[in-house]
Amino acid sequence: MNGNFITTRFNYILGWARKYSLFHYPYITACCGMEYMSTAASHFDWDRFGTGWTRFSPRQSDMLVVCGTISHKLAPVLRTVYDQMTEPKWVMAFGTCTVSGGIYDNYAVVQGIDRIIPVDIYIPGCPPRPETVLDGLIKLQEKIQKEEQKWRWKKRK
Amino acid sequence: MPTRIQKEASKESLLLNMGPSHPAMHGTIRIMLELDGERILNSEVEVGYLHRGFEKICENRTYFNLLPYTDRMNYVSPLINNLGYVMTLEKMLGIEAPERAQYIRVIMSELSRISDHLTCLAAMAMECGAFTVFLYNVKAREFIWDVIEETTGARMTTSYIRIGGVRADLHPDYKTVLKKAIVETRKVLKDIHGLLDKNKIYLNRTRDIAVVSKEMAISYGWTGPCLRSTGVYYDVRKASPYAAYDQLDFEVPLGERGDNFDRYMVRMKEMEQSLRIIEQAMEKMPRPSPPKLMVDALEPAEAIKASRTKKVDKEIKLSPNLEGSERGKYLDILGTDKKYVVPPKEDTYTSIEGIINHFKFFMRDHGIRPPKGEVYFSVEGGNGELGYYIVSDGTDRPYRLHLRAPCFHIVSALEEMIQGRYIADVIPTFGSTNMIGGELDR
Amino acid sequence: MEEKKVVEELKKKFSDRIKEVTVQFGDEIVLIERDSLLDIVRFLKDEPYSYSMLLDLTCVDYKGQEPRFEMVYHLFSIPNVQRLRIKVRLSEEDLQVDSLTSLWKNANWLEREVYDMFGVKFKGHPDLRRIFMYDGFEGHPLRKDYPLRKRQPRIPLRK
Repeated sequence: MNGNFITTRFNYILGWARKYSLFHYPYITACCGMEYMSTAASHFDWDRFGTGWTRFSPRQSDMLVVCGTISHKLAPVLRTVYDQMTEPKWVMAFGTCTVSGGIYDNYAVVQGIDRIIPVDIYIPGCPPRPETVLDGLIKLQEKIQKEEQKWRWKKRK
Repeated sequence: MPTRIQKEASKESLLLNMGPSHPAMHGTIRIMLELDGERILNSEVEVGYLHRGFEKICENRTYFNLLPYTDRMNYVSPLINNLGYVMTLEKMLGIEAPERAQYIRVIMSELSRISDHLTCLAAMAMECGAFTVFLYNVKAREFIWDVIEETTGARMTTSYIRIGGVRADLHPDYKTVLKKAIVETRKVLKDIHGLLDKNKIYLNRTRDIAVVSKEMAISYGWTGPCLRSTGVYYDVRKASPYAAYDQLDFEVPLGERGDNFDRYMVRMKEMEQSLRIIEQAMEKMPRPSPPKLMVDALEPAEAIKASRTKKVDKEIKLSPNLEGSERGKYLDILGTDKKYVVPPKEDTYTSIEGIINHFKFFMRDHGIRPPKGEVYFSVEGGNGELGYYIVSDGTDRPYRLHLRAPCFHIVSALEEMIQGRYIADVIPTFGSTNMIGGELDR
Repeated sequence: MEEKKVVEELKKKFSDRIKEVTVQFGDEIVLIERDSLLDIVRFLKDEPYSYSMLLDLTCVDYKGQEPRFEMVYHLFSIPNVQRLRIKVRLSEEDLQVDSLTSLWKNANWLEREVYDMFGVKFKGHPDLRRIFMYDGFEGHPLRKDYPLRKRQPRIPLRK
């Protein structure tokens, strides 16, 4: 039994801890914000899945939930917010506008936030129903569990 | 490039930036404040963070296709936006929807108005620290959205109201759900009255804060609950009634002082009136004609086979999800003129005229072509007078479409409203204006 | 007072400065000279017409026609519950019109919007800047010659 066993277990525990304590920063701009409110409030209550409560500070949050259309005027702001977040961080693209620009294919709108920041999970829908959001959240949690966890004392290659 | 306030500010004062990414700024507005201690000397409001090019994109869509874009203007009350657009076009085309459709439109727009006000107050109270109110309001909104969903199939962006009527009839059992929603909403309203009306913290943050006089409100072009909170009696539903509003009995609540608390109170009372309207409309609505029994309906394959020799007059079993299927089903709620209503799917599939009508409706440069000219029509939206100004050049897409957004006028007064107040007053004041990004920036 | 009556009195008072009066879909439309906008609007704002609210202000780009731009003003009178549409035509070479900010406060933002979207200049506007688009954006998006998909990003995009 060499070090490998401990590494994988630690990785697992860290993933488990991280996936159930996703403090999120809602970056609400448009229509999807209304469905975000529904998802977060008591009726659908995504706190059941460990998505903590809202932290309105990018420095304290692990997940950036981008709800709604991002226009070119807003793009630098979103980029700044993302840069301010500390590692580890995940980004949820909530709604078609953030996934691909949606029905707004014109001069003002960024065609998908992945043109600005990396995205971990895409949730389609205009706006997505709360059930879709919860499904997306569970998928993100699976992803977090499976991925290679970064931690401070680990040797970086 | 320095903004206006950066140029104007004196050297002693402090500049503070709020937004666009700020929990109370709803993500799409930026307020730059010039401060002396906590006192606001001057401010500048910058908007446009949610400019999505609505007007430009509408010039490139046909009249039928741009309906979904209107959903996403005031996304808390999409049905009123649909209604405004559709009624503008109906004014242009000179048509009127059947009576039952008018009542359905009234019910739907009142439900939307309630959800609009609930969301506004939820956000406003939450930003003042009353989180319970937020949860209660969103709960009530869920019940209302259940009703909308049951009939329209979507929770928010419905595109339900169509040119010449509405997309589908109410769910046969809609009354149960609607009555439940009304009961639940009344309960929530009562709870909120109990939580906020005499709440010292809430009163301190809203009473006599950001007082707006009648003259100022009119000069800023305010309409809707915000104008009525200053004591001006103007409601589009009463001033120039549309749909079935002239046959329904309701009051227009007015405020006295025009401060934040009055804006809250007017919204609360308006919701009660909306519930009243819904109850009346439910009673007064003409009954639907009895559904046709599909006894000897044909299977689609049989119908196509039969249509090779002669025109099929029998019913055809088509999926009810297809738009316009089941000929005769929409008689009470949708017009029948093939110039502006999607032709029934049975005809499209089985007869040559039907398929021509179908292509005529959807083909580029055919479709709905209103006469040349320009038209303005307005309905009472969640925030006030929601007007559409459409210029038609006789083709199938609008030459220019302009939305008179009530919110734009209200937010333009924000700079004056917060001048001389404290920073903390910005939050409830801004909350009470009910800024909706999609409508403000279009 | 009915809309027709208002228009008739307007015709009497400003006979030489009103170009055309039309009715479309039941709405009265008054087309006036550019330079007399402030006079006429001020006259309408006062008693007894009391069009005390500037409901809306926008612009239409008729590309290929001369004059190319048309300003559209919607006035509203609360006591009489009626609307009036006033239009002013502007040519592309001399694209400016008097600002209404001295009469109505919401004209400030509405005119900034028209300036942003169409490039119309307003004489006497205190702070004429872009409102929806950002500094560095070139062109005026709602003009007919601005392509629908011409984007001008503020930060470099990935991919």
